[in-house]
Amino acid sequence: MSVGLEYYLILSAALFSTGLYGALAKKNAIVILMCIEIMLNAANIALVAFSRFSTPAQMSGQLLVIFSIVVAAAEVSVGLAIIIAIFRHYKDINVSRINLLKW
Amino acid sequence: MGLNVAFWILAVTAFAGALAVVTMRSVFRAALGLILCFLAVAGLFFTLSADFLGAVQVLIYVGAIAVLVILAIMFTHEAECGNLSGKFKLPALLVATLFLGLAGWAMLATHWPASSAEGQLPTTAALGSLLFGQDGILLAVEIAALLLLAAIIGAIAIAREK
Repeated sequence: MSVGLEYYLILSAALFSTGLYGALAKKNAIVILMCIEIMLNAANIALVAFSRFSTPAQMSGQLLVIFSIVVAAAEVSVGLAIIIAIFRHYKDINVSRINLLKW
Repeated sequence: MGLNVAFWILAVTAFAGALAVVTMRSVFRAALGLILCFLAVAGLFFTLSADFLGAVQVLIYVGAIAVLVILAIMFTHEAECGNLSGKFKLPALLVATLFLGLAGWAMLATHWPASSAEGQLPTTAALGSLLFGQDGILLAVEIAALLLLAAIIGAIAIAREK
């Protein structure tokens, strides 16, 4: 049985739901950011798998992944800077206690 | 055959790394699990004949983002927050399982267009001409560069001591 597109898609869905669970359930802001990175990686796997198995000649999925990685790098640098600024101010990175913007 | 074995090993490793991020008690161990997951995803890119992306994944995710995350953990270690779950643990588990079921069903039920063509290796030159070539998307590349510059300046401005 050769490994096809569906295997990669299921793996991507499993990684994405793991990241989704962590991003929703965790209290530590850095762990939430890490879980968001896992979700981005899962989407990248799906894109590259589509590019490999559906349109191997055009490689459009791989192009998208390059831009996705750029945006992820920008996001993580700003996100960690915000977390460090919050830590300076509150001496805490527990998101259940950082409730200034909570409704 | 070798590709199948590689896929299963890398898939299990990536999933184990992701599980370690959400289950480990210590944040630092969670970060190590994240690095394991990133490395396995890079290997998966290689099995999908995306050699350039595999190298980029190792350089940017394992090299840069993981270092940033560990640096942030060390900066904030006085908070002693640990890797605890909040009061939304059960609803989050429910939402994640629901998403996994829905996405898995949609992915298996859809008939994806398939091509029997082999992936072309190496991909670096082809990707380069797609980005910078005659009909390339040079504007998007420039905008991405601008975004990175803005993110760096923003990060410095936010994290700087007043």
